[in-house]
Amino acid sequence: MKILVVMKQVPDLADELEISDDGNSLDPDAVTWVLNEFDDHALEEALQLKDALGGSVAALALGSEAVDKALFTALAKGADEAKKVGEFEGGVSSHVAAEAFAAAIGGMEYDLILTGVQAIDDLDGQVGPLLATKLEIPHVSVVTHVEVSGDAKSVTVHQEYAGGVLAEFEVDLPAVLGIQAARATPRYAPVSRVRQLQKEASLETIDGAPSGTSGLEVERLFVPETGGHAEMIEGDEDEAAEKIVNILEERGLLPK
Amino acid sequence: MGMEPNTKKIDGYVERDNVVIDGMDISGHWNRMLEPRWLQDYSTDAMDWVTSLKGAESLSWCYQCAKCVPVCPVEHVGSYGPRKLVRKVQLGNNLMEDPDLWLCTSCAACLRVCPKAVDMIQIMPALREQAVLEGKIPDELADAFSSMEQHGNPLGQPARKRVAWTKGLDVDVPILSKIQKPVDVLWYVSDYTSYHPRGHDAARAMARVLTTLGIDFAILGQEEKCDGDSPRAAGERGLFEMLAEQNIETFEKYEFDKLVVMDPHAYNAFKNHYPKMGGEYNVLHYTQLLVDYIDKMEFKGSVDATVTYHDPCYLGRHNGEYDAPRKLLEAIPGVKLTEMPHYKATGFCCGGGGGGMWLDGLAADHQSERLSERRVREAVGTGADVLSVACPYEPSRFEDAVKSTGNAGSLDVLDIIELIDRAMHPDAEA
Repeated sequence: MKILVVMKQVPDLADELEISDDGNSLDPDAVTWVLNEFDDHALEEALQLKDALGGSVAALALGSEAVDKALFTALAKGADEAKKVGEFEGGVSSHVAAEAFAAAIGGMEYDLILTGVQAIDDLDGQVGPLLATKLEIPHVSVVTHVEVSGDAKSVTVHQEYAGGVLAEFEVDLPAVLGIQAARATPRYAPVSRVRQLQKEASLETIDGAPSGTSGLEVERLFVPETGGHAEMIEGDEDEAAEKIVNILEERGLLPK
Repeated sequence: MGMEPNTKKIDGYVERDNVVIDGMDISGHWNRMLEPRWLQDYSTDAMDWVTSLKGAESLSWCYQCAKCVPVCPVEHVGSYGPRKLVRKVQLGNNLMEDPDLWLCTSCAACLRVCPKAVDMIQIMPALREQAVLEGKIPDELADAFSSMEQHGNPLGQPARKRVAWTKGLDVDVPILSKIQKPVDVLWYVSDYTSYHPRGHDAARAMARVLTTLGIDFAILGQEEKCDGDSPRAAGERGLFEMLAEQNIETFEKYEFDKLVVMDPHAYNAFKNHYPKMGGEYNVLHYTQLLVDYIDKMEFKGSVDATVTYHDPCYLGRHNGEYDAPRKLLEAIPGVKLTEMPHYKATGFCCGGGGGGMWLDGLAADHQSERLSERRVREAVGTGADVLSVACPYEPSRFEDAVKSTGNAGSLDVLDIIELIDRAMHPDAEA
């Protein structure tokens, strides 16, 4: 089974983000780029499928200077190939990203395309659906479980809803899946291995499609305002326990 | 690998039917002589592979004298001694799938007594590196590696919180990137001192003591990253190199005379490993800096307590510093220093070195108790009120052990700098 994983980088939220003087972008000097966490789950799910069924995994990421490390990391984790798609700096709208990926993937052989259900920079979640539309193949998002059929012609997937409800879909391959969570925590890529690969391996760059124009236009970014604070419950164990019981009772969460 | 030794038993013997010597008839089995024979023929594949690794060459020098076994702290709480590890490799186990690969805390107790200089301090990282390259890393250790890689510290905290301990402090803690001037002392605060709540106590004490003594110091603040020594000992050499490169680049930006550290692991890294990568510094553990200031210390209070001292493996056995911490303790008014049975060169490991800090779960599966618990029992046995330490790994390890061994309330765990601070600044807020 040939699996493609479609990824991008996002600003690291561990750092303090600053808004540029233009008011509609992040200050690039204050940003460290990291792989989108959901894409990391997509990569892990792909590697788990490969471990179980054989085949190959190719990681594709929107090209930027900072993305090399993420692609070498994908190789260190067990991906067979890692490719940069086009050249982009800073944030890219889902439409532009999907167009670039579709152009790059058009000529490739594949059975399954996995991507993160969304990315923390815009929470748009549209790269998967747009890519599937352009490639004219099926798509399911918010996927938490992927099982390949015996003949490898379809997959059964779980789509997660609020309140613990989930739907089961059977999808013909090839298809695009937006992964919410892999079956296992994304594996650690040993830095020793990443550094070996940085010396030995090279990354191929696939020219992306011409820049798209549709999509979101950011007019202004705001730093979130602090709302109400949590109430700290004071007192010793017994007093604190009694207050908690009172609060739960007030809200009707405990049977009287 | 689980390879069984290839056992061959070739019993050959000769005997003469009729032999009489000096009138004594020793015919038949009485004169039987065994021919040379193999009892067992082992494959040397595993040992050959291990000793082909850079740093692990000395494993085959072992002649099984077992001097290492009784001094190995891990053996005290389980069945593991360096000799046993060698034997496993001789029998064909290359340790890649064996939990024993991760139990060594790199305390160096075995190396001190080994007549053949079998150097586990180099063997274990070399072997572990092979497992790391194959991705065979215990999950809890991989989590710590991942935090160090992403955030520059094993606690997974953001860089901007590295200076959180300075908030509300009664003295000023200059940050090099802000003051932009040469200093006498670059104080490398270290991870657990910067981020752990009990580390904060030591950091604040250190800031007050340095200030009162008029020492010209500054810290790196957000630019400081994990020294990388423990991941190096745990086999993630690439992570060590990455962190070392980042720290060396940062150190190069500033002018300072002495690099003073709280953490013996950082001391070991900066003193013994960074020079190989081009970073040479005048490195001092904080006890080595302060021991020269004893005459200048004005003690306004006292610490009336019997105090015992735990030698950190990486300050003591690894780097030979036993005296500075003790001189400081003896200088504190009211302190009565008492020693544990394992002290100085025979000091007992707290269990945190060599990656042990992040392998508590794995160790628990193979040990009757934590090394820190064994050590706390020893400290309690001396009748001391305080177990003093000089490594930021230890307050949390030993305080947990004090509670888990049922000794809560009878033994305080305090960094030496906290004791000095209490005696110098009895009115300061902790």
